[in-house]
Amino acid sequence: MELILTPHVNTPNGFTLDFYVKQGGYEALRKALSMTPDDVVDVVKASGLRGRGGAGFPTGMKWQFVDKKSSKPKYICCNADESEPGTFKDHVLMERNPHLLFEGCLIACHAIGAKVAYIYIRGEFYHVQEVLEAELAKARAAGFIGKNIFGTGFDCEIFVHRGAGAYEAGEETALIESLEGKRAQPRLKPPFPAVAGLYDCPTAVNNVETLCNVPPIITRGAEWFASLGPEKNGGPKLYCLSGHVKRPGVYEAPMHVTVKELIYGEQYGGGIRGDRKLKAVIPGGSSVPILLPDQIDIPASFDGVMKAGSMLGSAGMIVMDETTCMVWAAENLLYFYKHESCGKCTPCREGGDWLHKLLGRIERGEGQMKDIDLLLSVANNITGKTLCAFGDAAATPVLTTVGLFREEFEAHVREGRCTLKADWRSEARAHAHAH
Amino acid sequence: MSFHPLMDYGKGMHQSQRALADEGPAFVFTAENLATLEDICSRYPAERRKSAVIAALYLAQRQQGYISRNAMKAVAAAIRISTAEVEDVVSFYTMFYQRPVGKNIIQVCRTLSCALNGAERLTDELQKVLGISTGETTADGAFSLFEVECLGACDRAPVVGVNDDWHECQRPEDAQKLVDGLRTKGAASLTGCHLHKEHS
Ligand SMILES: Cc1cc2nc3c(=O)[nH]c(=O)nc-3n(C[C@H](O)[C@H](O)[C@H](O)COP(=O)(O)O)c2cc1C
Ligand code: SF4
Ligand code: FES
Repeated sequence: MELILTPHVNTPNGFTLDFYVKQGGYEALRKALSMTPDDVVDVVKASGLRGRGGAGFPTGMKWQFVDKKSSKPKYICCNADESEPGTFKDHVLMERNPHLLFEGCLIACHAIGAKVAYIYIRGEFYHVQEVLEAELAKARAAGFIGKNIFGTGFDCEIFVHRGAGAYEAGEETALIESLEGKRAQPRLKPPFPAVAGLYDCPTAVNNVETLCNVPPIITRGAEWFASLGPEKNGGPKLYCLSGHVKRPGVYEAPMHVTVKELIYGEQYGGGIRGDRKLKAVIPGGSSVPILLPDQIDIPASFDGVMKAGSMLGSAGMIVMDETTCMVWAAENLLYFYKHESCGKCTPCREGGDWLHKLLGRIERGEGQMKDIDLLLSVANNITGKTLCAFGDAAATPVLTTVGLFREEFEAHVREGRCTLKADWRSEARAHAHAH
Repeated sequence: MSFHPLMDYGKGMHQSQRALADEGPAFVFTAENLATLEDICSRYPAERRKSAVIAALYLAQRQQGYISRNAMKAVAAAIRISTAEVEDVVSFYTMFYQRPVGKNIIQVCRTLSCALNGAERLTDELQKVLGISTGETTADGAFSLFEVECLGACDRAPVVGVNDDWHECQRPEDAQKLVDGLRTKGAASLTGCHLHKEHS
């Protein structure tokens, strides 16, 4: 199977400009610049490319919504915040194939009429910033970025902007706020970024992997791209496997691949560590519902996972074996969500903390039976009642674990202790320590 | 009262400039850092210098080890925004330290994929080895220990960030080795990010 995004991640010096150009790099940009912006948008629309940041929204459509008639500057913001637990694919692309991302940014700028793209990377990616800036300088010196690119009169700059530790900065309007030098708290929508985004100018926010798919679409065409995967789920996809698999890592595959193949296939995860039994998979980063072992023989596509009752999200697959306590797992994740809540709206800010406290109580064996229903009640009072999708994301780990593993919660209450304490967990852990 | 981005608020005239009490050593950006900051500001529209506030705070933190209130005032002056706006940012993002921290800031990822691979036990061991709890700094100022959220490298769990660097696949039983390595060889003792090998 041909790799499109990651063929050279293990090739020595595969990340360099020289190598990239030898492989035909920046030719897609040349081709795109010979097309009108509208034609570029049309090709991307026809390809069916869906955003790889989590929601799977059609990229061509997002670009079409950008208000081109506005007299204001337009912007591309590349979302490289990659903070969804279990997700580490954009990291690989930026370290090992940065010029593919730059080329995608430049083509996107041409498509929406922007002259600047900002790549917003998370604060913890200090070393990624170094790579991007060094490679940007080389691409600039070679004339691929800057003024009058390829003598076409197209001017375009790309800048890296590093955040400082905030999961919520990955939400697109929070990202824009953060880029403007403020707290990463989302804006009320509408207006959508396509109308009033960065500096109140028309803006498209696209994920790293999304933009990396653009150059191959321009080079090889929309039909080729669509034909790589199931209908409406075209193109290559990066999957992040972590947790209790034998070979954790990032794997590229078309979306025909099944979740089962990804976990057990020899070329992918290679099965469960210690050949233990699979208990649960979170298929799309920590914010989506769990799939059970009898639910994984499905295409790992946007629509396939949706049909099974979950979401492909960021394609961060967290695999848990039979030694994993689901109350503990929920508590672990709710610590994350209460810690990362931006605090702007009440159900998420207060509810997340409440859920975490309840889970901690049950996990320590101090819970009561009525706490289990209280968990559901609090979670249901967050879902759909918050300013951004973070609220639903925070409620999901609770709803999915209680929904599928209620007997484990009950056993904790009945026996007054954690009934499934694996040896890889802390022996004496005082919960809740804040930073 | 408006905050015009191009007005010179650096003279201590403004209400919010007076409101922030002094704290920490006197802080003046080095000439080199100021030049770097101007270069970063040039990436944004002239009237949007505020976009560079995080970058300015990183420079201040690198220069002094933490963000004192005096440093916030210097950042406000350099970016030409109010100190209130700087405080707002400092208090939101986790990577800014408002108190002095150790020379080595050990940050253990505690989120699910790392926890499934022993991160809780790793934190236990590090607390024992260092004789401190998470959130604290050793008496000699050599180490601070924090738990942090998913670092975006879950295939290398458990992952530990150390200052600007990081360390992958850290087993709980090797906590002592991590600390000894940092004491004797510094950052050179870390694995770094496996994807980054060729760059460094
Ligand atoms: C709480 C939250 C966190 C998010 N984090 C990220 C992220 O780290 N990276 C990302 O690309 N998208 C993230 N998103 C999705 C973005 O809001 C946005 O949909 C995405 O960047 C759009 O790009 P795409 O259309 O290319 O997928 C997040 C959304 C929410 C609600
Ligand atoms: S849902 Fe949570 S993260 Fe989103 S705006 Fe509300 S408080 Fe902030
Ligand atoms: S969970 Fe630790 S790096 Fe993702």
